[in-house]
Amino acid sequence: MHRWLVLLVLVAAATAAAAADPAPARRAELLHLVRQDCGSCHGLTMKGGLGPSLEPAALAAKDAQMLRFVILHGRRGTPMPPWSAHLTEPEAQWIVDQLKKGLPQ
Amino acid sequence: MKPLTAVALMLALAACAAPAPRGTGDLGLVVERAAGRVMLIETSGRTALGRVDGLGDLSHAAAVFSRDGRYAYVFGRDGGLSKVDLLRARIEARVIQAGNSIGGAISQDGSLVAVANYSPGGIRIFDARTLEPLAEVPTGAKVVGIADAPGNRFVFSLFEAGEIWIVDASQPRAPAVTRLKGIGRQPYDGFVTPNGRHYIAGLFGEDGLVLVDLWSPEPGARRILDGYGRGEEPLPVYKMPHLRGWAVAGRYIFLPAIGRHEVLVLDSVTWTEAARIAVHGQPVFAVAQPGGRRVWVNFAFPNNGVVQVIDVPRMQVVKELRPGRAVLHMEFTPRGEQAWISSRDDGAVVVYDGASFAELARLAAESPSGIFLSSRGAMTGF
Repeated sequence: MHRWLVLLVLVAAATAAAAADPAPARRAELLHLVRQDCGSCHGLTMKGGLGPSLEPAALAAKDAQMLRFVILHGRRGTPMPPWSAHLTEPEAQWIVDQLKKGLPQ
Repeated sequence: MKPLTAVALMLALAACAAPAPRGTGDLGLVVERAAGRVMLIETSGRTALGRVDGLGDLSHAAAVFSRDGRYAYVFGRDGGLSKVDLLRARIEARVIQAGNSIGGAISQDGSLVAVANYSPGGIRIFDARTLEPLAEVPTGAKVVGIADAPGNRFVFSLFEAGEIWIVDASQPRAPAVTRLKGIGRQPYDGFVTPNGRHYIAGLFGEDGLVLVDLWSPEPGARRILDGYGRGEEPLPVYKMPHLRGWAVAGRYIFLPAIGRHEVLVLDSVTWTEAARIAVHGQPVFAVAQPGGRRVWVNFAFPNNGVVQVIDVPRMQVVKELRPGRAVLHMEFTPRGEQAWISSRDDGAVVVYDGASFAELARLAAESPSGIFLSSRGAMTGF
């Protein structure tokens, strides 16, 4: 019973996340934000700077959920700030997906 | 008589064919960071003179100038060091000297260019004329806040290691290193004061700044503005502030607070806090207008569409400008009558009158970031 409930919740969450994929106009804004503002520390091409590389190879072994958490809540003891005031969870998830496959040219 | 006339005629023709000679004191460049290009500008007529392409990845690009004001040395994120001829609008020499760079400096005598690298961490020193590599100083950590100091010295900080290094390059192929250890956690930038005496580094990981007296025969690091109130729960910093000698206005030094919407005012006689000024957001650059009467401040995301002007005698904000979206940089002409400001997201470089704040010109540029004028070539710490 409990297991079914968990599964149900997971399916619902996945559906919600898919449904909440950012609209095209917002996607363009997010890509701009990633390149330009994340880029001030991670480099315009995501190859790294004061912050580490965010290229697909550098992120391949990293858990997507953990990456989403870092984007939203920052990393204590480092200059990585929390972006939760400016990004929703689905938006952060979408950014992780884009970074993991490489930003569109 | 006849041969003389012929010579005079030839000289006149030659003069017609060659471009009119021009000085370099009013020249500069604007980094078009997404395009890997710089726009060459002149500040007398406030126009764009041309563009130079092929400079690589210019995210976080910076430039220093030769002492004759003719050449700009542009440091790219991809480790590229390019020597750009401002008069001929072309690249004179270019080397890829590391994997990932942050900036550089030119020596007091103009003969050496040092590049600060993130990976591999360290600095590399080049012949300013040919860009021939002369020496390498590995650090094992990311180099930030590099600046030149008198005596062909370069001073910089190490982000992860929490150290300040003073490199004496008077023997360019055998530089001598002085290491100052344990200066504080995560220095994020540093600068040399215009008189060349002090190096000041800002700390990201701690509540304060670090001061080094370069006139001392055995320089040590001293904490200043200790506990200025970065606090346990600082506001998020969406862009690292930048420090340079432009922060000095008379006896006061204007510094961005970290994680606070304030500009800190440091008294350079007593090295104590003279004031703190509430501002619009997290300050990125606090730049004193030449003469030191006003300080112009821009801000990090999401408050980056505004520039505030602080009146130094009154220590308060007296003017707010809105040049466009995402203001990244401000540069004054050497006498301070014009301020050039880049608006990345509006694709514009806006020129303001330094006294009346009237908009004098607006130049189109692609994602403009840093603005660098050749007058920097005559200034210590730039």
